[in-house]
Amino acid sequence: MEAVLLQVLAGLATGGIYASLALALVMIYQATHLVNFAQGEMAMFATYIAWSLINAGVPYWAAFLLTVLIAFVLGVLIERIVIRPVENAPVLAVVVVFIGLLVILNSIAGWIYTYTIKSFPSPFPASLGIRYMSPHQVGALLVTLVVLALLYVFFRFTPLGLAMRAAAENPVSSRLVGIRVGWMLALGWGLAAAVGAVAGMMVAPIVYLDPNMMSGILLYAFAAALLGGIDSPGGAVVGGLVVGVLENLLGAFVIGNELKLVVALVLIVGVLLVRPSGFFGTVQVSRV
Amino acid sequence: MSALLEIARVRASYGATRVLHGIDLRLEEKSITALLGANGAGKTTTLRAICGMVRTEGELRFAGRRIDGARTEDIARLGIAHVPDGRGTFVHLTTEENLRLGAYARRDRAAVARDMDRMYAYFPRLKERRRQQAGTLSGGEQQMLAVSRALMLNPKLMLLDEPSFGLAPLVVRELFAILRAINADSGVSMLLVEQNAAMALDLADRACVIETGRVVLAGSAAELKRDDAVRRAYLGY
Repeated sequence: MEAVLLQVLAGLATGGIYASLALALVMIYQATHLVNFAQGEMAMFATYIAWSLINAGVPYWAAFLLTVLIAFVLGVLIERIVIRPVENAPVLAVVVVFIGLLVILNSIAGWIYTYTIKSFPSPFPASLGIRYMSPHQVGALLVTLVVLALLYVFFRFTPLGLAMRAAAENPVSSRLVGIRVGWMLALGWGLAAAVGAVAGMMVAPIVYLDPNMMSGILLYAFAAALLGGIDSPGGAVVGGLVVGVLENLLGAFVIGNELKLVVALVLIVGVLLVRPSGFFGTVQVSRV
Repeated sequence: MSALLEIARVRASYGATRVLHGIDLRLEEKSITALLGANGAGKTTTLRAICGMVRTEGELRFAGRRIDGARTEDIARLGIAHVPDGRGTFVHLTTEENLRLGAYARRDRAAVARDMDRMYAYFPRLKERRRQQAGTLSGGEQQMLAVSRALMLNPKLMLLDEPSFGLAPLVVRELFAILRAINADSGVSMLLVEQNAAMALDLADRACVIETGRVVLAGSAAELKRDDAVRRAYLGY
């Protein structure tokens, strides 16, 4: 029983990280109706920036905040420079742009930092005196929860958050009330990149830092976002936690650690086959 | 009286299809103007041209300022509110959030709060449904919401695209009575596109008839009501 509890708690900790990345995916999806395949690489690149800052002697939490800020700016720039020109392009063209972005970010990271695996520090104390979880697991879960709470408050209670939701839902009506829709989309990319950066920095001490570190994580995040419903932010969070726990339990007791990633893939295929709208997503109905 | 909106020789096309062939229009401050015309005559496109939602040629002036070529969001910020056809409701947001969005471009928070109360006074049904998802409102309620959202901008000019569309006659009468009251209370000018020509001419001070992208007749609403051609084509007697 204790072993199960251990795995569930560990699952919640990694699940929180999947949840943040899934939330980043959902935020982009709501604005563009496309899944950003480069989300993981954007997070990875931001984590390298954090690594550079820390290595240059910047204290961890200062580097953390600075990285979030830089990631935000980079996200905005990517939307303005790369995504905006293909705004009205066919779906496939945009998907190719996303994949191009993925490869470019991956290669630049490899070029600058090499493909050698690096360790990434955890900011949390070596021992917290909690029996079932490591300090980093507790810390990562807390950081994730704080980020999610901040996002909730921002979107729910601030005029800018409301405007961003409006711009994602109905761009035409948004323009008619004076919302600068283009900037709202760019802001969405910035926020998604910032949230992804947090996820990257929280997962890096566990999976170590290398240019391909996020490929597996992104798959879990896809599974989480789909499970929760790709257009539901709350669903993405629940989905992330469920995927994290499921992955750990199945890995520990049923299929073994080597097949863990398969859980994500099976979930993706399964959700798409059985319930494409996920648990909390809206069912798409269209008249033909 | 000075002109609030002046449109001269405005042309607009969707792709290769030209819809407006040189529209001329002049709106006075605090007036209500009805825009009549058959389906496809270019009424909706005229409203879209004013808001910068379609590419136009020609001259558009609002309060003396050129607005042709300006972006929709900037035109809205100058004080032109548009109640689009289909109502443009933010269906996943609550009634109150819809109203707050209407005032997004404003910074005078106290006045915004007062206007919100004013809207709830005009449309008590919206107050009852303030926490409800706007998509679950009835057609009439959504139309009231669309009008209120537009008014929350505190506009100098309101464009209304077939506000009576799909509404029960009783609801339409109620809505038009409130539009008249709003015009009298706050002096906001209105440009009203309406299929229901009789009601539109009753509400309006002036009226224009558009045919295939041109204004073919303009005058006071009373004059147009007496015009034989208008009576036969749009009033049906």
